[in-house]
Amino acid sequence: MNGYGGQILRVNLSNGQISKEPTPPELAREFVGGRGFGIYFLLKEVPPKADPLGPQNKLIISSGPFSGLMIPGAGKCDWTTKAPLTGGYASASMGGHFTAEMKYAGLDSIILEGISPKPVYLFIDDNKIELRDAAHLWGKGSMVVEKILKDQYGEEFQVAAIGPAGENCVSFAHINHDYGRQAGRGGVGAVMGAKKVKAIVVRGTKSIPVADPEAYRKAGLELFKACKEAEMLKEWTSYGTTIVVSWCDEVGALPTRNFSAGSFEDGKNLYGPVMRQKIVITDKGCFGCPSPCGKYSRVQRYDTYVEGPEYETIGMIGSNLGLKSIEDVAHANYLCDEWGIDTISAGGVIAWAMECYEKGIFTKADTDGLELKFGNAEAVFKLIEKIAKKEGIGALLADGVKRAAQKVGKGSEKWAIHVKGMEQSAYATHNATAMLLAYMTCDVGAHHNRAWAITYDLQVGRERVAPEKVARVIWLQHFRPMFDVLGGCRLQWVELGIDRNLYLPALEAITGIHRTWEDLELVGERIWNLARLYWMREIDGFDRSWDLPAPRFYEEPPTSGATKGQITRFEDVQKLLDVYYEQRGWSPQGHPTPQTLERLGLQSFVN
Amino acid sequence: MMRLYADSSKCSGCRACLVACSLNLFQENNPKKAALVIEAHFPAPGAYKVRVCTQCGACAEVCPTGAIKINERGAYYVDMAECNLCEACVPECPESVMFVRTELADTSWKCDLCGDCVSVCGTGVLWIAETEAAVA
Repeated sequence: MNGYGGQILRVNLSNGQISKEPTPPELAREFVGGRGFGIYFLLKEVPPKADPLGPQNKLIISSGPFSGLMIPGAGKCDWTTKAPLTGGYASASMGGHFTAEMKYAGLDSIILEGISPKPVYLFIDDNKIELRDAAHLWGKGSMVVEKILKDQYGEEFQVAAIGPAGENCVSFAHINHDYGRQAGRGGVGAVMGAKKVKAIVVRGTKSIPVADPEAYRKAGLELFKACKEAEMLKEWTSYGTTIVVSWCDEVGALPTRNFSAGSFEDGKNLYGPVMRQKIVITDKGCFGCPSPCGKYSRVQRYDTYVEGPEYETIGMIGSNLGLKSIEDVAHANYLCDEWGIDTISAGGVIAWAMECYEKGIFTKADTDGLELKFGNAEAVFKLIEKIAKKEGIGALLADGVKRAAQKVGKGSEKWAIHVKGMEQSAYATHNATAMLLAYMTCDVGAHHNRAWAITYDLQVGRERVAPEKVARVIWLQHFRPMFDVLGGCRLQWVELGIDRNLYLPALEAITGIHRTWEDLELVGERIWNLARLYWMREIDGFDRSWDLPAPRFYEEPPTSGATKGQITRFEDVQKLLDVYYEQRGWSPQGHPTPQTLERLGLQSFVN
Repeated sequence: MMRLYADSSKCSGCRACLVACSLNLFQENNPKKAALVIEAHFPAPGAYKVRVCTQCGACAEVCPTGAIKINERGAYYVDMAECNLCEACVPECPESVMFVRTELADTSWKCDLCGDCVSVCGTGVLWIAETEAAVA
């Protein structure tokens, strides 16, 4: 099938059975690839109310039609599953070279099913596919394992591995690849660990067929040309995502001490140019990327190498924990990567614990003797390990901030910064209504990448609660995740500002199917509604209360920084939801109406 | 004579050049069939090394069938119909960018200086210029 690997690989870990089936052409037509495939298999194949860590849950790994082709940033891989962190939908996007290698091996999706009786890794070398013993890898760090497997099999093989946190089913364990690219959010690494799969090793040497090779080559070269001619290319490539640290600090969006403020008095130590000068040793790109945001660093003080830190980690592990040194942030990043936990959730849950300590709810008796004050880097390093091992206070924090706060109580739920159980990523949203709504309604919990609307807030007036703001968020929620469907990266559009219409002739030449952006955004809307149906199916009583943000954003105006004294009123939070549901064709409780499902042709997904 | 140059210090390891190369050389999307190499040295020291053809011609000198010829760009290329897969050229290449992988192709292959790798490289690693010998 043009533009595809052509096959779906199923690995039943319980009985060791490995099978392949052709990728259904109608699936490719309707859901295109990536997270479109993911939500389809999740809804159709994982039974309702499955235990995320049980044998019924599946880990669905998908590439898209752009993956592995001559398209800028064609290295994005989707990992869909039922999330251990939230009990709802997880779709984590991972960069690097894994998705391209999958396609060269002829695979559009890899579906891991069941639970292996013993630790294994999945070995894929074109058509040779085996489960191999991983006893010697179990307990090791994710990057240590990657190095062992690359040394054993060679540079052409790509590796995705979990760390000890994944083995221990930490609810926000990630999957690490290419020494620093992750499928980070929702606990996808815990699902892999529960299945006793330490790693996936893949090499493919097949060619990916395309419908019109000459038109595809021409369209691909046009896309690269546009990227290379973009005014922002040089500056963006110098700093990657850290380019926004200073801006966020200035406008009050940089999460500081558990989101109690949006500006950090020591923020300047964490800005992109400081990092570039102090620790970065090379740029590091995902497959086919002309504008690599990856910055690979060496921290001499700790003798560690790490990809990053990128913006999210600087925000969540840096300012949000009060850490003042980029070296400390980078080292904490390395520890999270090696132990195998998501830096965003780690920053969220540790910040909550620090606030508990500073407010006297925790004493040293609760923290295994750690002085859990904001700014204490050594305590952060130790906590990361404790979380990964589920040791002492780490066992509490390993459940994520929502459950930890429910367990501890004493009002600490108020400063548990999450939506739907997922720790909010690194944009403080005290007075940025579009970004706040984006977090409230994001399909996996409080994550930024579906609708990055913070710049729009600044553009049109941050406190405004206007229908056009809601419409913008909805459009972003359909458009941006289409890159996760296509298996490409959105940042050439977001950051370099290339014309999105340049992708269309490429997609048509690759797949042989003519599509407009309106067609693709409709696919995005269908996926968005299916994710909503999944939450409704899995969580009894799922209603609009699940879309509310952390109270901090409507009850506690920051006492310092650019957003000092600013807040979104609770009635405006509710109004945002009312308008959002109405524009989506959802009920006042946030459920897609039968008419909406009919319009989108999704009735078959509802019993 | 022109050749391809690479500044490895600018490489981010994205491999866009490899897929562009295979597409031009074989009309296929398959970086395993590219005529240049990116080595990734991670986690330490954290660097990429790019190996490219210098158009030195050592491969052509030893080719018993005369399959390695000079094209309109002045570059050595493999006339795929005339390659007999003897592999005599492979050990002669000082950069290890002369390829025979019979599981992938029924011919040897090398850089023919098409320039598509240069077109897709976003970080300025690759460029085409006169060989040192010609400059001297």
